[in-house]
Amino acid sequence: MLENIRLSFQGIFSHKLRSFLTMLGIIIGIAAIIAIVSTIKGTSEQIKENLVGSGNNIVEIKLSQGEWGYVSGDSQPPKNVPVVDDAIKAEIEAVDEVVAVASYRLGTMYEGIYFGNTGMEGATVIGTDPDYMELVGYTVTRGRMFVPDDFKNYNRFAILDDGAASALAGGDDPVGKTLEIKGVPYVIIGVVEQQDSFAPKIETLEDWETYYGNGAGGKVFVPDTVWPMIYGFDEPYNVVVKPTNTEAMTKAGKKTADILNDKIKSGSSSSSMGEEQKEDSESRFKYKSQDLLEKAKQMQEVSNSTSRQLIWIASISLLVGGIGVMNIMLVSVTERTREIGLKKALGARKSVILWQFLTEAAVLTFLGGVIGVGCGIGLAYLIANVAETPVAISGAAIVVSVAFSTIIGIVFGFIPSIKAANLNPIDALRYE
Amino acid sequence: MLLELKHLYKNYIQGNMEVPVLKDINLSIDEGEYVAIMGPSGSGKSTLMNIIGCIDKPTSGTYLLDGYEIEKCRDRELSRIRNKEIGFVFQNFNLLPRQSALDNVGLPMQYAGFSKKERKARAKRMLEMVDLADRVSFKPTQLSGGQKQRVAIARAMVNNPKILLADEPTGALDSKSGIAVMELFDRLHAEGATIIMITHSEEIAGFAKRVIRIIDGELLENTPEQKEEKEDE
Repeated sequence: MLENIRLSFQGIFSHKLRSFLTMLGIIIGIAAIIAIVSTIKGTSEQIKENLVGSGNNIVEIKLSQGEWGYVSGDSQPPKNVPVVDDAIKAEIEAVDEVVAVASYRLGTMYEGIYFGNTGMEGATVIGTDPDYMELVGYTVTRGRMFVPDDFKNYNRFAILDDGAASALAGGDDPVGKTLEIKGVPYVIIGVVEQQDSFAPKIETLEDWETYYGNGAGGKVFVPDTVWPMIYGFDEPYNVVVKPTNTEAMTKAGKKTADILNDKIKSGSSSSSMGEEQKEDSESRFKYKSQDLLEKAKQMQEVSNSTSRQLIWIASISLLVGGIGVMNIMLVSVTERTREIGLKKALGARKSVILWQFLTEAAVLTFLGGVIGVGCGIGLAYLIANVAETPVAISGAAIVVSVAFSTIIGIVFGFIPSIKAANLNPIDALRYE
Repeated sequence: MLLELKHLYKNYIQGNMEVPVLKDINLSIDEGEYVAIMGPSGSGKSTLMNIIGCIDKPTSGTYLLDGYEIEKCRDRELSRIRNKEIGFVFQNFNLLPRQSALDNVGLPMQYAGFSKKERKARAKRMLEMVDLADRVSFKPTQLSGGQKQRVAIARAMVNNPKILLADEPTGALDSKSGIAVMELFDRLHAEGATIIMITHSEEIAGFAKRVIRIIDGELLENTPEQKEEKEDE
């Protein structure tokens, strides 16, 4: 066997150009597959990392009307959506997949926020419950966080995120100073910043809309108990839950949304009992879980199915390469007819001849596979460089590719090898 | 008796015609004989040689070699017989061009299943026997015709075959190298080898102890009496 492999290398290197051209189909096919798999895998891993993050496995359940999230101040508060109170939160917390739950109100202020003479446009105002800020990963950089008494006593305190702080106070320390929201003064008690692992990565304009909407100017947090002073009573809440683990995100989000949507139904007099009423589904208020894991999985599924299709197309090149190998092996058998005849005359069995040619075909395509993997990795990095996408080289893909190319050699080398093995020694020896 | 051919016929198909090449060949050769088969080209001597060497099959008749009924042997067994019982020397040497003299000589041992070490040792001894000890790692292209033929003879003898078959062994050589090859045959014969050689040269046939003539597919001389007569001459 080793002897055969040595002879095969000898044969391949004695016809360098011919061997290379024969391998080319295999090289191109394998290189294409490796490049596709590496690029798609890299992109897919990045999608998941961007959306789910390393520590940010929380699920938002947002109240939405049709496609749009509900934002206080943009439109009239819906009458049939109840306020998320402690009883509802307790019900959500009882869900198996949920570890912690918090609620917040979301509003925008196109104008009406002032810090001294500095006004701020398009700020997002968040009415936080006592648990929300900690749950979504805000940490204090200056001043302090809200304490339970702030909520109980309806303290008109505000906390700025780093975006709002720099927009309003510039480099100055805003803590202890006064912020005016809709003409009502609030004392700024702290500045916060969201931990990296919780902050979404912004890749596209769509992402930006999703995460920041029109609140580009920064975030202002106030206790949810003082919310009615700004927007009025009975403004609905959004909910965030922390699932037991990343894999439970989908279930936790769906169950929480179900609980909340049940409350909408029971409090509603106008909407009917049907699950999905087509006529008012457009305008109907509904809690939707924004499950990032699910979204990531969907996007990965899309990229995976794309890569599968591309791999099928690349496989055509492997088929063509295999036929090329068969062709050149047939030529090689014809060229070496005398050698085959001699070997048979010297006592070589059919199997000896068969293995000699099978080995040669397999070594040829194995080499093609190895070169193809090298080219594929190079190509993947080239694509990554040009398209600025990440690369994830898949060890499994490399092993499978090389094994598969070797199998191609054996499969397509079979007919020529059988032909060689069955040559009549006397006919082969006489062959000119 | 080492080999025995009885009522052996061989026809070739040419178009729709069957052309007889060998007609009712009866021949027996004992161990240790040195036989020359002579005849003009197209007489069928090469075909006879190929049938004796088990690389061609007769159309009818029987061939007994060292107790084996060759026409009943299966492919596997024929390979073994070609490998162990027969050593072939060709007119045009038929060495593998990309392999060294040593590897060429060791090739039949490889098919017999010897280890690389055994192959090397024995092939080296065989090359010493044909006075090519200093050409062990040479490739055929680096050897002269006479040297190539001596490598081929070493290869033919490496598995200690019962018969050495030589098809015009000097046909591609100059007369000096040809004589050297014939002297080597003489030596092998003296050591007990059975040699069957095809030639069309009377001079070369003169080295053999028994001469068989074949004309138009028929043997002219194959009786033991004639052989003895020849030996007496």
